[in-house]
Amino acid sequence: MTAATTTTPPTAPPRLALRHRLAERGVDRTLLLVLPGALALIALFCYPFLYGLQLSFQPTAGGVFGAYRSFFSDPFSRKSIWATFSLAIPASVINVGVSIPISYRMRRDFRGKRIMLAVLVVPITLGTVLTAEGILEFFGPAGWFNRTLHLLGLAASPMKLTMNYTGVLLSLIISGFPFAYLLTHSYLSGIHPSLEKAAATLGAGWWQRFRYVTLPLLLPGLLTTFSLTFVMAFAVFPSALMVGDPDGRTHVISIEAYEAALERFDYAQGCADAMIMTVLMLAVIGALAAARSRMYRGATGGKG
Amino acid sequence: MSTPTESLPEPAGPAGPPGLAEPGPAGSGLPAPGLAADRPRHLALRPGTWLTWAVLAFFLLNLAGVIASVLLNSFGSRWFDSWLPGGWTSHWYTDAWKEFSLGHVLGVTLEVTLLVVAISLALGVPAAYALARRDFPGKKALNLLFILPILVPPIAYGIPLATMLYKVHLAGTLTGVILANLVPSIPFVVFTMTPFIEQIDPRIEAAARVCGARTHTVLGRILGPLLLPGMLAAGILVLVRTFGMFELTFLTSGPSSQTLVVTLFSAVNSAGIRSTQSIDAMAVVYTGSMAVLLLIALRFVNPTQLVARSAD
Repeated sequence: MTAATTTTPPTAPPRLALRHRLAERGVDRTLLLVLPGALALIALFCYPFLYGLQLSFQPTAGGVFGAYRSFFSDPFSRKSIWATFSLAIPASVINVGVSIPISYRMRRDFRGKRIMLAVLVVPITLGTVLTAEGILEFFGPAGWFNRTLHLLGLAASPMKLTMNYTGVLLSLIISGFPFAYLLTHSYLSGIHPSLEKAAATLGAGWWQRFRYVTLPLLLPGLLTTFSLTFVMAFAVFPSALMVGDPDGRTHVISIEAYEAALERFDYAQGCADAMIMTVLMLAVIGALAAARSRMYRGATGGKG
Repeated sequence: MSTPTESLPEPAGPAGPPGLAEPGPAGSGLPAPGLAADRPRHLALRPGTWLTWAVLAFFLLNLAGVIASVLLNSFGSRWFDSWLPGGWTSHWYTDAWKEFSLGHVLGVTLEVTLLVVAISLALGVPAAYALARRDFPGKKALNLLFILPILVPPIAYGIPLATMLYKVHLAGTLTGVILANLVPSIPFVVFTMTPFIEQIDPRIEAAARVCGARTHTVLGRILGPLLLPGMLAAGILVLVRTFGMFELTFLTSGPSSQTLVVTLFSAVNSAGIRSTQSIDAMAVVYTGSMAVLLLIALRFVNPTQLVARSAD
């Protein structure tokens, strides 16, 4: 398919010229291969999205912007934005922050490294329900965590760690950390240790080496990791219902959108909530991408 | 971590091609020749190292506790205010199997995941090929089209999609669930396949052409075998993702088209009439199958290579 243009004998010179000119710019029959996938995404992603967008401007009451106005004028739904960010930001900061020193250690070879990698990947298989049930049972008032605290004399009464903000944060860390770790690990392993060694030869301490050599090279990768972890945490839905306090502090925006669309069957409101969610998400990702594009992107082993 | 002379592993040979140019989550550099750090080293235990390992150990200990609680509960006859359950039984598994008609649910899950894998490979691989090989006007827009479904949270596009599917009477059916799951899967295949395709030298295809091979020969005897490992990797990863995809299936499925994750969630959410033990038993079944899938996947794909194929 690639070289089809060169194997077909030329029939009409002007047509060939156009074909050649297009081929020079990279347009030839190979491009048709993109079509099925692109059309599927246009039909299943773009079209529903635009459909939802126009639906969000046709609420049953309140005029064109009625659905948006009712979202922002109701303090309960407005607060869901705050609830979402107050969960997603700490969760992604913790996940990315902790994975830096751990992947820094895991960069060397030591006995049991493969097992360690496998253990760190395991939580990906858990699924939200097992994580949620496990958190309810392990961190619950009669769970092992509180029992151990009691046994050690660290807490007189059980700490309340489930059915609230902490529970959801814990579940976001359990499900998000392995993911953040895998990404950070692979970005870090792309930075060649000889760079740090050179800095060490010149007398740089560990902090200087990290601050001036490794961190600048790692930062673009870290921002990518942060974005992806943030996307995951931002969309938290099942765990916010199961281990959280869905009518209070963990009433996140996805719960708000879900309740509007599929519990009250107010599709216009649900779509409006989904649009607000997308805009917020893309704003954060856009800001991170803009920050990332200002950073060093060179060829000294730094993964851009 | 405290002294400046902390030794770093010696570079064991020349670094792989360092300029892995394209940024982005899928990475796209050529795979660097294996830079095996062939001298295993002992752990240097300095304060910073201790702290790091202590934090990790604490995390893993709690994680083990979380998993063990569910596992023990699913085998315990009753467990209230004690360290261990009162007695041991396996009847929660048979209960869950009957109560949630797990046979049917597993059949649906299998059907959905396999069809999603097949369709997304069929649509994604050619697209990845064209995107990896050609540079053309509008490529950026096309890349955006393929990256957005990964960046936008599933709930955000799932709600309009479900609304549309309700309108065309596909919501609640198996077709609706499969269509919804294709949205993140096709881009995922594209981004997983791109590095695999970029590492195949276009001159191999050109050489085949020069020797007179036709398109289908090139596809069947040159590209196909070379792309097979990548397709296997992408397929397995899509399988794992679709098996665990909650939001999209939840929004678009009906009572007869629920996958295992959604059935599990519904069971938890309508709790009160269900015993937590049989929910836990079902969660263990889910995690067990997911772990098997992931172990199979790890045999074929190195997880760290997906992001940045580098000397590790």
